[in-house]
Amino acid sequence: MTFITPKAKHGDASDGNLGGRLSRLDGPAKITGSATYAAEHQIDGLVYAVTVQSTIAAGVVTSVDASAAEASPGVLLVLTPDNIMPLKSATTWAGTPGPEGPFLALPRIVSFNGQHIAAVVAETLEQATAAAALIRVTYEEKAHVYGLDDPKAGEGVPIDRMTMSRGDAVKALAEAPVRIEQEYRTPREYNVAIEPHGIIARWEADSLTLWEPSQWIDGMARSYAEWFDIPFENVRMISPYIGGGFGSKALSLPHGAVAAIAARMLGKPVKLVVTRPQTFTAYGGRPATRQTLALGATREGKLLSIVQHGVNETSMLGVAVEPLGSVTAIMYAVPNFSSRQNIIPLNTVTPGALRAPGENPSAFGIESAIDELAYEVGIDPLQIRLLNYAEEDPQAKIPWSTRRLREAFAAGAEAFGWSKRSPAPRSMREGKQLIGWGVAAGTYPVRRTPGEALVRILADGTAEVASSSIDMGQGTYTILAQTAAEVLGIPVEQVRVKLGDSALPRAPVAGGSQLANLMTGAVHKAAHAARDELIGLALNHPGSPFLDQQTNTLTIADGVISTPRSEQPAISIADFMRVIGQEKVEALRDTLPEDKKNTQDRYNNFTTMMAMKPPTEGGYSLHSWCAHFVEVRVDEDFGTVRVSRMVSALDSGRLYNPKLAESQWRGGIIMGIGQALLEEGVVDPRYARVINNNLGDYLVATNADIPDLQVISVGVPDHHASVLGGKAVGELPIVGVAPAIANAVFHATGKRIRDLPITLDKLL
Amino acid sequence: MKNFTYVRAGSAQEARTASALAGSMILAGGTTLLDLAKCGVAEPDTVVDITHLAGLDRIEVDGTGASIGSLARMSAVADHPAMQDAFPAVTQSLALAASAQIRNMATIGGNLLQRTRCPYFRDAAVFPACNKRSPGSGCSALGGVTRNHAVLGTSDACIATYPGDLAVALVAFDAVVHLGSRATPVDDFFLLPGNHPDREHAMDRGEIITSVTIPLSAAARRSVYLKIRDRQSYEFAAASAAVGLELEEDGRTVRDVRIALGGVATKPWRVRAVEAALIGKVLEPELVRQASLLSMQGAADHGANHYKIDLAPRVITRAVLQLGGLA
Repeated sequence: MTFITPKAKHGDASDGNLGGRLSRLDGPAKITGSATYAAEHQIDGLVYAVTVQSTIAAGVVTSVDASAAEASPGVLLVLTPDNIMPLKSATTWAGTPGPEGPFLALPRIVSFNGQHIAAVVAETLEQATAAAALIRVTYEEKAHVYGLDDPKAGEGVPIDRMTMSRGDAVKALAEAPVRIEQEYRTPREYNVAIEPHGIIARWEADSLTLWEPSQWIDGMARSYAEWFDIPFENVRMISPYIGGGFGSKALSLPHGAVAAIAARMLGKPVKLVVTRPQTFTAYGGRPATRQTLALGATREGKLLSIVQHGVNETSMLGVAVEPLGSVTAIMYAVPNFSSRQNIIPLNTVTPGALRAPGENPSAFGIESAIDELAYEVGIDPLQIRLLNYAEEDPQAKIPWSTRRLREAFAAGAEAFGWSKRSPAPRSMREGKQLIGWGVAAGTYPVRRTPGEALVRILADGTAEVASSSIDMGQGTYTILAQTAAEVLGIPVEQVRVKLGDSALPRAPVAGGSQLANLMTGAVHKAAHAARDELIGLALNHPGSPFLDQQTNTLTIADGVISTPRSEQPAISIADFMRVIGQEKVEALRDTLPEDKKNTQDRYNNFTTMMAMKPPTEGGYSLHSWCAHFVEVRVDEDFGTVRVSRMVSALDSGRLYNPKLAESQWRGGIIMGIGQALLEEGVVDPRYARVINNNLGDYLVATNADIPDLQVISVGVPDHHASVLGGKAVGELPIVGVAPAIANAVFHATGKRIRDLPITLDKLL
Repeated sequence: MKNFTYVRAGSAQEARTASALAGSMILAGGTTLLDLAKCGVAEPDTVVDITHLAGLDRIEVDGTGASIGSLARMSAVADHPAMQDAFPAVTQSLALAASAQIRNMATIGGNLLQRTRCPYFRDAAVFPACNKRSPGSGCSALGGVTRNHAVLGTSDACIATYPGDLAVALVAFDAVVHLGSRATPVDDFFLLPGNHPDREHAMDRGEIITSVTIPLSAAARRSVYLKIRDRQSYEFAAASAAVGLELEEDGRTVRDVRIALGGVATKPWRVRAVEAALIGKVLEPELVRQASLLSMQGAADHGANHYKIDLAPRVITRAVLQLGGLA
């Protein structure tokens, strides 16, 4: 359990209020190293597990020779497909039943290269590592499918729920005076959080405690409870700090099951941290995607039709869909649209979520294609976007709640100096550097799930906020303290926030950029309830100095209770609590609808994504928006691309803490630059194995790759989107970065790169 | 990583004796050894620690050249003002290599001995065939993903790229590797893979690098290390060139030029044919462009690395023209 207490104000009047630029409250703990991450917890009697991964992509484990490992010093247990405890199949994140049959954390059937197939537990990490290297596995190997380009991959399986249409897109395309059709591709990409995935599991009788980085305490706790067939309440999951998740730490994974099984079998707490190379197959990153986009337009550039067909890879075991039509469907006012999508099963770990799953590759397609159309009809890439501006949601045919994309284009263009752009490709240069300017838009939906929070005013006048929601760096600790401080009328440094513990009030997944909105909403509600109760006591308690005041409410500011119209009486909350002999005033509130407060609905609300409302529910279409303006410099001899300048204008509605929101935006943009220019899981077709499975060879952007990033907020409070007016923040900024860069590269070089990343060999 | 015996050498001679035993390896900066031990490629029985040996970290520059102790840190050499003055290509090659953290730990001797980044070499569990790691076992890179593999100096047994930067600059300027009592030109120190890619250096078991010397030259003083890669920091070269240029008094005619390539060959690759084509000529862009193509004589690609054949001559051209004031 972690208490985060603000240390000091910064002399800024807005420090404590929602909307103020308070620095992250967890910052000092992280900088000084006192923040304890999952694998750093010191647990008595800890032993260590190391997994062995498959070296083939498809087949069956016919035998595992563990004799040498078992005889190795310090070894306590070797787990293989022969002795792995079968677990119960767990409910999926969507709330649907899990696969039939038991869940085998170390399966005999191998469906991807790098699958966990054995594990060694020993007294020390070194002993476990050494013994794991002695395990000899014999396989019966079968033919594998390595990737989308494998001739054996086929056309895949259509996903009907991805099919969208309006008008008659095929006919309108055929009749359109201008048509372009191209294929756009994105490779397999990884979340590569700096904190690798790891876990400490400890059993006490039938209760399981897990220290594991988690973006979704309650959802992951449910999986463990169901796997081991124990009550949900018997799983305690603790995750006060997460060293980066980006979507990869929201679900329980096989290595977690292995650790918990080993801990149960040994009666000892077990730590299992996957190595960096192992992380590349211990979770699934973004699947490789491919989409064909056909755009039909008038000669003036007015869109008439879009026809899209997309595919993404998935595993042989699970259905992972990266919705490639998500941005295509809503970005432009096009009357005729059709989109369908297939998934292609192949021998890979089941892909997962990586920052803006769906919207990210979807935007790469449509925002590249609209740029191609702009050149085709000879108008400015920014103009064509305004020409086709969607005044309402063209797919749902309902109004936007707020869509400040026009303002984003205007603010971004102004700050960037877009009007000085020379239109022709290869028309701007400095020596050997070809200069290109590109623009692209992005969007991310507002996702909504009810939340819950406890706010407690203590005898000393300070307050606590408690929730099982998490902070993986996005600022939950800080904005919840700000929310409570503002409502309670106490200084922000007198609010302590407790997060990341399943013993606390429930929270849904920290994913889909929903957490800030739903948790500020829940804390706001609970804090109001606590404040009302405190004021009620002050008005009614026999010992209260306000008992005889002719007033029906009171004011609380700077921790002092007073009447609205006079200076006296006034009493600090602490003194008041002492006077009336009260230990605490607390309120637990949720934002569940009245008809969803029953036990089962509550459980599903927090442990599955069943209750997450679509962005179009409620009569408005809710989305965040952004526009990225990029300058690249491409060396004409070497093909190297450098992003030299970037301005992004973003509409995330109201910002609860602009400093933290801007930081999230910049982080997403940086990730987008890496995606555009560097990131690619390289697969050897012969082995269906990712061969650049380390941070030296899987290239993410370094500081040297990132110019000064100017971000501009153009949002306004959107109370259709959330109680306090915020929209999506975290996933928005990466959407549109890669196409903006690709468009700038085209402007610089005249070469259109439609498959990411844009490496130098593609431009030579 | 398997257990090993740790030996702290009391002197260079002790280090030689201890490292002469089969299964022993020298520990200097440790940046390569630890990395390779973690991925199971290096499995020493004995680790001989030489980090504290006195006098092996000296950097001396005088009127004849530089002498760099094998234990000098990469960052110390890169930041050495006299080195920057006399051998800019050398200090640049160091500053552009690895990451700041690695440069602060890694030593000059260890840098020369770094192993290839070939992914098939680094993953023994999945790719048992690697002639460099396990002589006679075959080469997994052939037929695999070869974007980063060599196009020069390859053999049927190995196409792994020599990954370093420093050695490229040293080869260009005729540096000498000192192994205690004997010395060898750095160009001869690195071996072509041939049929024995496991043997990478002209150095016997029980020998340790004590220093590297670089003779002073006008070309070295007017030199540059140009490194081309997708990421601007912490990435190996797609292609690099160490180039030094000395012009006649007319400021246009090439008196001396030294050129070596990195990132494209199985060893640091001196391109004397290009040098010969330029010496005595008046420097002008087309001449340099044509001459630089000679650097790819004998080049053979494996598909995905074909771009290196196009890229490397352009890197030479840019570096030469830049030094000549023409780019």
